[in-house]
Amino acid sequence: MAKLIELKGISKSYDGEKVIDSMNLYIRDKEFITLLGPSGCGKTTTLRIIGGFETADEGQLYFDGVEISDVPAHKRHVNTVFQKYALFPHLNVYENIAFPLRLKKVSEEEIKTKVTEMLKMVALVGFENKSVSTLSGGQQQRVAIARALVSHPRVLLLDEPLGALDLKLRKDMQNELKTIQQAIGITFIYVTHDQEEALSMSDTIVVMADGEIQQIGTPTDIYNEPKNAFVADFIGESNIIDGIMLEDKKVKLASHVFECVDSGYEQGEPVDVVIRPEDVDVVAPEKGMLTGKVTSVTFKGVHYEIIVDIKGFKWMIQSTDYVAPEATIGVYIEPDAIHIMKKSKYSGKFGDYSSFSDEIDQLSDADAAEEF
Amino acid sequence: MKKKRSIMHSIAAAPHIFWAILFIVLPLFIVVFYAFTDESGAFTFDNLASLKNYTKLFGLSLELSVLATFVCFLVGYPLAYIIARAPAKRQKIYIMLLMLPMWTNLLIRTYSIMAILDDGGFLNQLLNTELHIIGTKGAVIFGMVYDFLPYMVLPIYTCISKIDKHMWEAASDLGCNTFQVITKVIFPLSLSGVISGITMVFVPSISTFYISQKLGGGTFELIGDTIERQFVSGALNTGAAISLVMMILILISLGIMNKFSDADEGGIIV
Repeated sequence: MAKLIELKGISKSYDGEKVIDSMNLYIRDKEFITLLGPSGCGKTTTLRIIGGFETADEGQLYFDGVEISDVPAHKRHVNTVFQKYALFPHLNVYENIAFPLRLKKVSEEEIKTKVTEMLKMVALVGFENKSVSTLSGGQQQRVAIARALVSHPRVLLLDEPLGALDLKLRKDMQNELKTIQQAIGITFIYVTHDQEEALSMSDTIVVMADGEIQQIGTPTDIYNEPKNAFVADFIGESNIIDGIMLEDKKVKLASHVFECVDSGYEQGEPVDVVIRPEDVDVVAPEKGMLTGKVTSVTFKGVHYEIIVDIKGFKWMIQSTDYVAPEATIGVYIEPDAIHIMKKSKYSGKFGDYSSFSDEIDQLSDADAAEEF
Repeated sequence: MKKKRSIMHSIAAAPHIFWAILFIVLPLFIVVFYAFTDESGAFTFDNLASLKNYTKLFGLSLELSVLATFVCFLVGYPLAYIIARAPAKRQKIYIMLLMLPMWTNLLIRTYSIMAILDDGGFLNQLLNTELHIIGTKGAVIFGMVYDFLPYMVLPIYTCISKIDKHMWEAASDLGCNTFQVITKVIFPLSLSGVISGITMVFVPSISTFYISQKLGGGTFELIGDTIERQFVSGALNTGAAISLVMMILILISLGIMNKFSDADEGGIIV
């Protein structure tokens, strides 16, 4: 697949604060790419630069090999689905979708054919004459998608489009968006802070933090081979423990030497070790590689979430078997469940569950929704 | 519970209702009463019948106030747009500058315009010319525009500044150039502000008497002047009849305008 969009050395500051720091990224034709990161990581700004609503301070933006850094938004082959939809309240559903076509002076017949086609695609046939303000959030969302796609852009930008919908609807829309993207075969650039959304929809995920790209890869790569503590923590749950590489495929952590599958590190190099909660098996204390005391158990439906204190470091374990709080348990970890990462500036900041609480997660989500 | 609350409501509303009856409803009845009676108080249509002598006056008043309203719109809309799109801090300054002249009394402002535009006035001295401005329709329209412009700008400004800023982005994203963003999206969305702006300029313009007297240089008599003259000279019945007809004319104009704005909400862009 050919490169469709390319960002070269893009930087952007607001009031002297760098939001994006010399970013390089290329986006292939027809791929579903997600910019994923917490509030303020620069993902929305990146999207707005591609859309033409912001101009980069430095760097160039290429579209299909041509520089478009200074091309205004209305001349780019890129359309946007806005966070709060931005439908035109003075127009009904039909006219909202027909809007870009009318600007191009398309014939009335063709408009009708195309709008009807779009209404079918987003399952809103029969809503033509409704005022957009009477629609539910999910329906407005569909109108916004139809309006953005009706003039056949090469790229669709989506800025947290599902943020305002409730959970059930969000899941449905995720599937629907993916289906639409595959059906019409254009590039989708999707911005979200929701890692699950990113994992389930994307061909490629770009994890961003502090205005920099942390990792680019397929959802599986990002989940299984996170590059640093930030990525490991942001995508799914992770225990991130300080370890020392003894030799290839041998790492020491929590005073125990584990077999692992990673190599290529120096002898005695300090590393970050990622162990996913679902990869830790709970066993009897005497059979365990490590032992620890259970500090809390939470029922999550599919599994129990168990916080275990192992030598002062709080691990999260997900298990379908119940263990009692205060019990001493053993843990067993397969070699391929251990992932080694080089130390980074994010080392030690993430992956410890001693101050873990669900509320903190929810708070940060609410912040992210307000991100600009 | 419900009844008790409604009693409380009526007590709270009582002063306002009293005010409205005393100063709005009652005077209206008095106007209607005078319009349909002669000096002795007997019922008559003569007052209304005599209004045919004033047709030209009504026409001239309508002409000047429509023109003034139109000019106010032409000047006011871009001004309101620019203010609404300025950074928040500067908006406050612009609005203050716009309101500043209104802190000066209308009569004083009108006298000042006279002094500036008069045959031997400031402007002619400055340019060393002998322009005759006072006494022309242009001077009267200028006076109306100058005095009533803020009433056009403020509602439009309020309306535009309330529009979601993503509308600009969505419009240009979908292919509007800068001009089309305004004509296709922002103007239709600010229509309610335009309607109230037009109302707030048109109504005082059509009924003004002071501006036309001073800036018309005595060569103009508008409907407001006529009403004033009738009342001052004691012809209460004719005055009331003219007032009544003017109120009805204004009501009709506003009705047409509201109809026009309703029709536009149907959702058709041209």
